[in-house]
Amino acid sequence: MNEPSVSTSTGTGSGTGPSTGNLGLDPGRQAAAVARQPNDAPGHDKAPAASGRAKLEIRDLCFYYGKYKALHNIDLDIQDRKVTAFIGPSGCGKSTLLRTLNRIYELYPGQHATGRIQFGARNLLDRADDVNLMRSKIGMVFQKPTPFPMSVQDNISFGVRLYEQLSRADMEERVHWALQKAALWNEVKDKLRQEGTALSGGQQQRLCIARAVAVKPEILLLDEPASALDPLSTQKIEELISELKTDYTIAVVTHNMQQAARVSDYTAFMYLGRVVEFGDTKKLFTHPAEKQTEAYITGRFG
Amino acid sequence: MSLSAHISHEFESELATVRQKILAMGHQVDEVLEASGRALMGRDVALANGIILGDRETDSMELEIDHLCFEILARRQPVAGDLRLLTSALKLVVDLERIGDLGVSIAERVVELGKGPPLYTYDDLMRMLTTVREMVSESLAALFEHSPERASRVIDKDEVVDAYYTQVFNQLLSRMRENPDDITRATQIQAISKYIERIGDHATNIAERVIFVLTGDDIRHLPRLKRRDLS
Repeated sequence: MNEPSVSTSTGTGSGTGPSTGNLGLDPGRQAAAVARQPNDAPGHDKAPAASGRAKLEIRDLCFYYGKYKALHNIDLDIQDRKVTAFIGPSGCGKSTLLRTLNRIYELYPGQHATGRIQFGARNLLDRADDVNLMRSKIGMVFQKPTPFPMSVQDNISFGVRLYEQLSRADMEERVHWALQKAALWNEVKDKLRQEGTALSGGQQQRLCIARAVAVKPEILLLDEPASALDPLSTQKIEELISELKTDYTIAVVTHNMQQAARVSDYTAFMYLGRVVEFGDTKKLFTHPAEKQTEAYITGRFG
Repeated sequence: MSLSAHISHEFESELATVRQKILAMGHQVDEVLEASGRALMGRDVALANGIILGDRETDSMELEIDHLCFEILARRQPVAGDLRLLTSALKLVVDLERIGDLGVSIAERVVELGKGPPLYTYDDLMRMLTTVREMVSESLAALFEHSPERASRVIDKDEVVDAYYTQVFNQLLSRMRENPDDITRATQIQAISKYIERIGDHATNIAERVIFVLTGDDIRHLPRLKRRDLS
């Protein structure tokens, strides 16, 4: 019997894309990355969400510490009511990027940004833009819990008073609302007059989130919000993040890649001041487009 | 920066162990198939009985790889290519184990056929068996050589096996029509060709898994033309 004749055309292969061994990413390599995976989102996509709406449009953003350029021409959209995570090794620029989003860097001399961060009709980098008003819309929570040295209740009302004049009853209502939003009410409802600094670390961090939420911002910037917390407190913060995203747009910087995988809808992997890959978190952690991303998230970096 | 090694040597060596054990299981299964073919050609009932008794080894290898992957998933929370390797390994060993079982099933039929006079030359079956053995070893080689192209060629070969099967089936059918006395033995032989055809299907599953590990493309249940576009 002869071997039955069957055409056996061979595929052209896709597993061996061009190596991105050099650390800089030039446009040609980006294009190659796009070309070799026509069915997938390219490695770096400004607006990964087909359905989403951009809350912040970051365009050609560069950032300088004095003469040192820490961010290189970032283009990226932060989607409305989604969680966007920024990951990357120390010094990659992820915290710097977060710090540009509410211009908190202006507190430090010699730091400046160029480019555009579009927030509705405003460019946040425009110096004429009212920074205080902007910060009421874009709240920030830091790595270490930073409650003010005052009561739990005052910790929350302090910020609100800067922007709003509320009656005593309305303020109590706001404090209650913010503490509930931050999933802290049940734990502190009998301690409202106690010092905020007397709470546990995890509670302090949720108090800081409540404080940020109390002024009714639209965007929350979280810089390593759980890195100083134990695993259970971390889980509470992560749970809180997923609850808050129904009302707020959230950008989170984290060293904990699993945390980024757990809490975010979109993830940006940054390296040497550039966004190497940005896209759907599910895809980035199962099938990253860029070799550098794969190397970093699987622990093969360096 | 390269994709060569993990910062964690321990993790790196765990993944290497998974790969090595998959390869070892592939060798073990291939030995079963090779011996089954020899038993079939030589009408060697003693050899066939030995194959039936030796099945435990494949089973224990499957369990070993299963447990290893399970532990790594729990302790390392792998992502990206590592995750694809480990989740695929869990599925891949099931296919390998089934292939081993099918090799044993061939041996069982050889024992049955040994009770009567020879009916058939078995040349077609041997060609078929050689093809599926190549498919199994090529699919695993594709994993180790990081070659989705090689895995893709394995999938193409399944059409050859299917065509062999149809040919053998038709030959046996006409034989049974002509000599109803041969029906029992012809049915045994037909069963063997079906086992071999199934081995080809499992090898195809493995190759599809390997393409997923290497490229992230899940080509299962896609029409063949689309598969070629992807791989």
